[in-house]
Amino acid sequence: MSVVGHQPPPFFNRGPAPLARLAFFVALSLLLLVLDLRFHTLELVRQGVALITYPMQRLAYAPEEAFGRWDNYLTSLAALEQENAELRQKQLTTARLLLRQEHLEQENQRLRALLDMKQRQPVTSQVAEILYAARDPFSRRVVLDKGTRQNIAAGQVVVDELGVIGQVTRAFPMISEATLITDKDQAVPVQIVRNGLRSVLFGTGDGNLELRFLAANADVQAGDVLVTSGLDDVYLPGLPVAKVTRVDRDTTYAFARILCEPIAGVERHGQVLVLGPREAPPPPPPAVETQDKPDKGRKGKRKE
Amino acid sequence: MQPTPASKRILLPVRGWFILLTLVLAMFANMIPFGRLPGLPDWLALVLAFWCIREPFKVGMAAAFLAGIVMDVGSASVMGQHSLAYVLLAFAAGGLSRRILGFPLLQQAMQILPLLLGAQLVMLVARMLGGADFPGLLYFLGSFSAALLWPPLTYLLLLPQYQPVEKDENRPI
Repeated sequence: MSVVGHQPPPFFNRGPAPLARLAFFVALSLLLLVLDLRFHTLELVRQGVALITYPMQRLAYAPEEAFGRWDNYLTSLAALEQENAELRQKQLTTARLLLRQEHLEQENQRLRALLDMKQRQPVTSQVAEILYAARDPFSRRVVLDKGTRQNIAAGQVVVDELGVIGQVTRAFPMISEATLITDKDQAVPVQIVRNGLRSVLFGTGDGNLELRFLAANADVQAGDVLVTSGLDDVYLPGLPVAKVTRVDRDTTYAFARILCEPIAGVERHGQVLVLGPREAPPPPPPAVETQDKPDKGRKGKRKE
Repeated sequence: MQPTPASKRILLPVRGWFILLTLVLAMFANMIPFGRLPGLPDWLALVLAFWCIREPFKVGMAAAFLAGIVMDVGSASVMGQHSLAYVLLAFAAGGLSRRILGFPLLQQAMQILPLLLGAQLVMLVARMLGGADFPGLLYFLGSFSAALLWPPLTYLLLLPQYQPVEKDENRPI
């Protein structure tokens, strides 16, 4: 081995020169960067290295986990009683809806059968826990405590009790990484509940969301609720995603600037639900495919 | 009592397993989840820079590359991001090791700061070329806190080399 300022005499062979070594390793790193950013072909390498990092990550998480348990143990009886009462109240208020839901679902199914419409797809789901936010400051990802061993696969949707949080983008054997909807690269096809207007929702990278490519005179108002449209074959239709907070209509631009905030507790930790994969619909007739295909951003490429 | 080449103190040779242990511990410290707290030092970069400066013939670009790959997976970033930054850091640290070791500890820390900032800048450029957003100037705070940690870290990492093998009252040094 040789170092920049230290030139060894030729009879002490210390391997290639530092600049040659630097060029080799930099080229290798750049190759990895391009392969991962452009072609996404390094998942197998990542799985291999994750075998080393998983025990370390788990061990590094242990103090926080222990602290959480200790904190839980010390929670006072009064606080627990209060929480219990609140939950009971909540259950009573939602019971009315729940009791009728089964009945309504059956009725819906019968009506759909009568009308000869496509059946709504049943949903399977798994409870997972958000372990921590990934260290990478350039993206918004969280690490979940379930992986491919619990049948979690990349592409599944992650929700909490209020709405959509994100999507599983990488699944390792024991853990998985979910990209939050507030990430800059994450796009969710949505529609406005009030008037059914369809669009695509993008993260802004700072914890908020933005509806892009809607005309300046589009019928959007502050306070509108956005739900998934289900057109992408990934998200189930009707899951609440975001609420419009501000609409800027500047006539110098072709599109309105529409800012939204997520409905679900996207940046909070806790338990989440990973929805099962959606069944692929029958392929569209070939004649339609030659027509203009709506661009769905990254979602379109990732469908299973 | 500064363990610089100018110091009176003679250090024991470093043990290979100790270097490996400190690198693994630094990696471990990097993986402790602190959420999005700004100003957290990149422990692995700091310890790598330390060994590249202290033992340029033992720790170099190959070690930096491997450590970078593990860090890439551990922090869920793009493959090659950390390895590129760490390789460049190791090259610069190894090349400047003679120069940096000639300074007292606080001035060493000031020489380390641009190295660490450079490594962060490399990662920033790599990610922004890949389409990521600028995470804010607080992102660079980590390098400053890491540079502040340089003097205590130097003392800590050289501690195993301070002890003499056997006590000899008649030994001149």
